[in-house]
Amino acid sequence: MDNLLSIVTFLPAAAAAILAVFLKGEDKAAQRNAKWLALIATSATFVVSLFILAQFDRSNTGFQLVEERPWLLGLTYKLGVDGISVLFVMLTTFMMPLVIAASWEVENRVKEYMIAFLLLETLMLGVFMALDLVLFYLFFEAGLIPMFLIIGIWGGKNRIYASFKFFLYTFLGSVLMLVAMVAMYADAGTTDITKLMVHRFGSEDFSILGIQIVGGMQTLLFLAFFASFAVKMPMWPVHTWLPDAHVQAPTAGSVVLAAILLKMGGYGFLRFSLPMFPVGADVMTPLVLWMSAIAIVYTSLVALVQEDMKKLIAYSSVAHMGYVTMGIFAANQQGIDGAIFQMLSHGFISGALFLCVGVIYDRMHTRDIDAYGGLVTRMPAYALVFMFFTMANVGLPGTSGFVGEFLTLMGIFQENTWVAAIATSGVIFSAAYALWLYRRVVFGDLIKEALKTINDMNRREKWIFAPLIVMTLYLGVYPAAVTDLIGPSVEALISNYDTALAEAGVSTAVAEAPKH
Amino acid sequence: MTSADLNIILPEIILALFAMGGLMAAVYTGKDRVAGLLTWAAAALMLVLGAYIGLTGRGDNVAFGGMFNDDGFARFAKVAILLSGAAVLVMSQDYMARRGLLRFEYPVLVVLSVIGMMMMVSAGDLIALYMGLELQSLALYVVASLRRDSARSTEAGLKYFVLGALSSGLLLYGASLVYGYSGTTLFSGIITATGEGHTSLGLLLGLVFMISGLAFKVSAVPFHMWTPDVYEGSPTPVTAFFATAPKMAAMGLFARLMHDAFGGVTGDWGQVIALISVLSMFLGAIAAIGQTNIKRLMAYSSIAHMGYALMGLAAGTQFGIQALLIYMAIYITMNIGTFAFILSMERDGAPVTDIRSLNLYARAEPGRALAMLILLFSLAGVPPLVGFFGKFYVLRAAYDAGLAWLAIAGVIASVIGAFYYLRIVFFMYFGQEGETLQANRSPILWLFLMGSAAAMLFGVVNLFGIEGAAAAAAATLVQ
Repeated sequence: MDNLLSIVTFLPAAAAAILAVFLKGEDKAAQRNAKWLALIATSATFVVSLFILAQFDRSNTGFQLVEERPWLLGLTYKLGVDGISVLFVMLTTFMMPLVIAASWEVENRVKEYMIAFLLLETLMLGVFMALDLVLFYLFFEAGLIPMFLIIGIWGGKNRIYASFKFFLYTFLGSVLMLVAMVAMYADAGTTDITKLMVHRFGSEDFSILGIQIVGGMQTLLFLAFFASFAVKMPMWPVHTWLPDAHVQAPTAGSVVLAAILLKMGGYGFLRFSLPMFPVGADVMTPLVLWMSAIAIVYTSLVALVQEDMKKLIAYSSVAHMGYVTMGIFAANQQGIDGAIFQMLSHGFISGALFLCVGVIYDRMHTRDIDAYGGLVTRMPAYALVFMFFTMANVGLPGTSGFVGEFLTLMGIFQENTWVAAIATSGVIFSAAYALWLYRRVVFGDLIKEALKTINDMNRREKWIFAPLIVMTLYLGVYPAAVTDLIGPSVEALISNYDTALAEAGVSTAVAEAPKH
Repeated sequence: MTSADLNIILPEIILALFAMGGLMAAVYTGKDRVAGLLTWAAAALMLVLGAYIGLTGRGDNVAFGGMFNDDGFARFAKVAILLSGAAVLVMSQDYMARRGLLRFEYPVLVVLSVIGMMMMVSAGDLIALYMGLELQSLALYVVASLRRDSARSTEAGLKYFVLGALSSGLLLYGASLVYGYSGTTLFSGIITATGEGHTSLGLLLGLVFMISGLAFKVSAVPFHMWTPDVYEGSPTPVTAFFATAPKMAAMGLFARLMHDAFGGVTGDWGQVIALISVLSMFLGAIAAIGQTNIKRLMAYSSIAHMGYALMGLAAGTQFGIQALLIYMAIYITMNIGTFAFILSMERDGAPVTDIRSLNLYARAEPGRALAMLILLFSLAGVPPLVGFFGKFYVLRAAYDAGLAWLAIAGVIASVIGAFYYLRIVFFMYFGQEGETLQANRSPILWLFLMGSAAAMLFGVVNLFGIEGAAAAAAATLVQ
């Protein structure tokens, strides 16, 4: 099959079209049909995407399963995967059936809900596969529409504010990227990502309005892309949309947001910023590293004082994304391996944590930490699952969270000891807020009247958590499953980065002895 | 070669004969009772002529010693004008008839203004330019005040007339200066008189006056003040007409004048147009935020869109013109769909234009709400909808021409602009419980709404081939 990637990408969209055209009515039967169709479609997508993994040749560092067709304006419709993107594709197809299953209790406008999620899956898969600059932008931006509607229609009380904030923040970030893309097109004469990766953009210093721009055009392009990815990531200080969006989004929306959408920022850094603008990246590295370090410490402290469970987990996500940016910009094998690993593992763990919140939210309709306490007596199975993911979030050895944090810290330690030292304190903080949250919700005496009749997880909920637990443990004890897959591609990325810097006459950070 | 000349302007002649014949026939037969028939006939004729021009037009023809051009650029614009004119006539039929506004003068006036527009995009001479422009404008002043018993509509017509006369004056003054300093009214003569690089002060002054007059016609800042009032006061089908065909015509004329007559001194006017463009984008985006009347909102939206289209013109390149044509074609398609939606907004048979009344419209009319959602996101320029490609083309044109600052300003304005489109989506989808609107069940409006939305969605595949057509058209204007 030479159009396997297109099939995987558009399978959910096709299901959405079927739902939109053929499913009529709002009664129970129609709702059930919509849910089952969405579940079957996402599961089928997952199964088909396994063929991508099976056909993937891990020794090849280039793009594989490439499809290419001409499109408008000299653009091409080009899809392909390499060692970095294939895992994100798998993460997406893996999470989506769980997300659909987690929304089984939705009753308001079920058909539209499922259509929104199915379209979102298509767009997210497109982002990770696109090999044309504009095609990438298309998928990247279009994802805003379904997510805007998901938050705005099925969200909580303050959903309007959150949905607008989400949309405008991310839109502003990405239109600057659009200008940079136009500039790249004008400079390189192509929008093919594979060709842009070997194109060397100008890096001579010049000055605008008397301000000296070190690294020249590359720095400007880097900053434009950075504006978009940093918002998406999200990095401190442009992370403020995330807690709002997370809190107001329905559970499934939060899961998609945390598990997949946030990964687009990191993916963008790896696909565009490092390979295409190495000099710009090198110039900006100290800034990014310090922003990451601040993010880790600051948002961890903010997480400590939260009273809303989802907000707490949202801030912890920002902190964990700090490790990712830090690892990526360490620009060495451990750092980038660790960053990718951390993104995958965060996908499973934070997704699961939002699902954990969803479980009790569905029962009590509140996310206030104070409203809970002593759940362990009524919900032992829930307490176990929640504890597992709390520990994984903290980075307990044996879970995937540990590997990601450890690798990124190891990577950054070789580059900048101070940042590494500060970031490591985040490990302690994360233990503090996560365990404290767990204690307040699950332990203690069950004194709240409302909680005395709460029921433990049902079979559906347990089945949703099972694959996540398996993956978290599997990656925790056998991380090579991931690092073997991404290793060659990352190695090629780094050697390309270092050669580009050497050509441009910039002494790479690696070549210097650690200063501190 | 009179017969060859007449052959070239055959479509205009047919339309003019139709307008006069229709007027006479209606006066002597049933008056307003035949208005419906006349409207359909006018729409059908425009459709046929649009197809004729689009399919059979070949080569670069010049008539009347250079006063009238029939080239690829003119044909592209004419097809867009004729098709959008026909679409608006068909859409307005039911609305006008039910409100007793369907007078037989209406289709006749629309046809006359369309002839004026066709003249405008073909003009090769200052006099021809002014004739076309005035024919168009005079017809439009009258249609704006078609609803004689409404103070608002009359006010709109009067306002439009007074300000329009002022702008025509500016334009004429500019034209006379240009004539005085170049000694000719023919564009082909002016371009040799202006020379390359920079032109003389007198010509420059004339150019600036002409730009002011034309900026009024495309409703670009700072000559935009009439737009919201006229859009709001006119009957909605007339507003739909204002937002589509005349914009294309004025933009076409603008591009033709700039490139045919002042093509050698791009540097002299590029900056002026860039400034008008950036002001329009920002004013359109910011002023629309506070609007609650959807027609006023669309007025500001069209001001902003004209700003983007002018970005293509400001580039001063062939690709810029291609971008402008593509942008205008997309803009017209989106606006026809949007106005089909606005025309169908009603409660107890009376038209409603307050956007707050769209409360939870999505629950009452999911199909229409979805189509409108697609159109609104497309207007905002969010991919993968076609509106994004329009923006992408003009941004690229501006960047290629060294106007990177304009491109950056454009994207920032588009973020601000996204907010008010989202506000409509917000009312339709997330609003509070309340009395919702009933939709007009007219299948014609439904068809235009759905067709336009589908075009926005599926155009992503190849833009229905207008890219090539626009490129060919641009090549005939800018060599």
